[in-house]
Amino acid sequence: MSAVTEAPRLIDITPGGAEARRRDRRRKLVRGGIVAACLAYLAVVLIGPLVGIVVSALKPGFRTLTDTLTSQDVRHAFFLTFQITAVTLLVTTTLGAVTAWVLVRHRFRGRRLMNALVDLPLAMSPVTVGIACVLLFGRGGWFMPWFSARGIQVIFALPSMILVTIFICMPFVVRSIAPVLEELGTEEEDVARTLGASTVQTLFRVILPNIRWGLFYGIALTTARAIGEIGAVLIVSGNLKGKTETATIYVLTAFEERMDTQGYIVALTLAAISIVALGVIEVMKRRKVREVSR
Amino acid sequence: MRTNVAIRVENLTKRFGGFVAVDDVTFDAAEGKITALLGPSGSGKSTVLRMIAGLETPTSGRIWMEDEETTFKSVQERRVGFVFQHYALFRHMTVEQNVSFGLAVRKESKAEQTKRVDELLKLVQLAPFKDRYPDQLSGGQRQRVALARALAPRPRVLLLDEPFGALDARVRQDLRHWLDDLHRELGVTSLLVTHDQDEALELAHEVVVMHEGAIEQMGTPTQIYNEPETAFVAGFVGSANVLHGHVADGHVQFGEHRIAGADHLEEGVAARAFVRPHDVRLSTPESNGSSVEARIERVSTLGWLSRVVLRLDDGQVLIAELSNDELDGLDLGSTVRVDLRRAKAFTLPEDVLELPELAGAPAE
Repeated sequence: MSAVTEAPRLIDITPGGAEARRRDRRRKLVRGGIVAACLAYLAVVLIGPLVGIVVSALKPGFRTLTDTLTSQDVRHAFFLTFQITAVTLLVTTTLGAVTAWVLVRHRFRGRRLMNALVDLPLAMSPVTVGIACVLLFGRGGWFMPWFSARGIQVIFALPSMILVTIFICMPFVVRSIAPVLEELGTEEEDVARTLGASTVQTLFRVILPNIRWGLFYGIALTTARAIGEIGAVLIVSGNLKGKTETATIYVLTAFEERMDTQGYIVALTLAAISIVALGVIEVMKRRKVREVSR
Repeated sequence: MRTNVAIRVENLTKRFGGFVAVDDVTFDAAEGKITALLGPSGSGKSTVLRMIAGLETPTSGRIWMEDEETTFKSVQERRVGFVFQHYALFRHMTVEQNVSFGLAVRKESKAEQTKRVDELLKLVQLAPFKDRYPDQLSGGQRQRVALARALAPRPRVLLLDEPFGALDARVRQDLRHWLDDLHRELGVTSLLVTHDQDEALELAHEVVVMHEGAIEQMGTPTQIYNEPETAFVAGFVGSANVLHGHVADGHVQFGEHRIAGADHLEEGVAARAFVRPHDVRLSTPESNGSSVEARIERVSTLGWLSRVVLRLDDGQVLIAELSNDELDGLDLGSTVRVDLRRAKAFTLPEDVLELPELAGAPAE
């Protein structure tokens, strides 16, 4: 009897107490079951593949790992991926911030349409984006003559790869700072101006510091997406080995060419980058929530 | 004694699309005084304030500050201090950084900034809090920071937009006294926008009552309270009983009774008489004829006085506020005679006159 705690005795006093306890136990059991199912699901879908990649990439030994990562093709592939990511970040961050500003602060005809259009890239398959780009800039495309007359190669080259990545990543910065801007309101800006601050001073001293975590969050999301993008880029790149081969495309071709180990290693590197990005995103998200709720 | 004009607003009008928010508003704010813009929400008072600050562009009209026309000047050039209802403190800055902002953007020297910030934080009694962030302060403290921040660059005028509106009653009362003291000390010309009549009457030297974008009346708090010029002012400033009737012989007649004070109105028109609850006196039944008869329906205590709900014999309700000893010996349901003092009579607006139940008391 010493094991009996106080709580059940208290419940037993009320009529139907035993019934209530049974119901309670059943509820706990169901809840535990759901949690277990979720964990199993995550293990199979996420952890499994990740462990697989780690094991496969490291099995051939450390030597193969360094050899692969320092090889000409791989270095070029990562260089290309970072080039695309850098330009995409620059463009989507500046234009995304301006777009968010316009959407939040201005009321004009077609605003709701514009608001909906911002999300279009999220809903569209990257393959479609790639094909649309080929249609515009490829042979017989509308813009083809103008660029080829000036000797600029768009399709099967870096410009088109950057273009489709920008398109796909466009919503992230807009969607991560618009709510923060909305919440911020205009009073702090108004006060700054009455205190003598110019527009530039107001932007850098009042608005940007207030939306910075939202902005960083958007940048982190954009980075992760730009690095991982393959569908649209694959189509517009023409997959020229050593020329238009990004890191993700390298992984794809490595398997086609039965260079599985190299594929695993590059995939592992990409996964590592994603995990770091994920960590950054988590931190930003928390700060952003605090920013909004303050 | 003539005081100088610090702010002059002339024929100021603001339209938002088809909506007229401010309609031909003209007034002066005297230098070194507190002028209150008093009105219900939507009366256009905040829009007037925002136009004076330059945050809103007038549709037409002109604005002067100390003999300089500022109608087309930028916000920055006007040198006004603006205090918002919700403080609008820079949340990523400490109290000290908030207060020095206006000095920093004007490129004042660091030494000057430190000196001025210390001076102001002492003035608003927040010196120990200078390294805190706004979310670590109470509402009253935040508003004091906002005030210090507005005062730091030595503005020509201080514009306060419902500065106590977001605070609870107790803090509001304290801050009101504190602002009064502060104003006595600094003497900066202030324009206070408020919907709270107590606030306007207590703090302001001059009150401008606004309603539906236009000015209803201007005057000292005493004038506004004791001599309302329009029915709106009589009803909005201070509480008042409204008795419906018609003009007969310079009196407002309702039912069997009449009260004096309608000499300025045309004979026979429908009219309303405004009587403040503290101007209602209960008298003994045998007193003279100017009093009316009423039945006591309900008595509730307000602590130091009582509120008595009276029903007149024509069915209209009258509320009286009486000191507790005046109520001695009066029971619910008993009939008393009521003295109505200082009644103010106004005609009904035209459109209301059309309504049969209000114009019901026949003019014949």
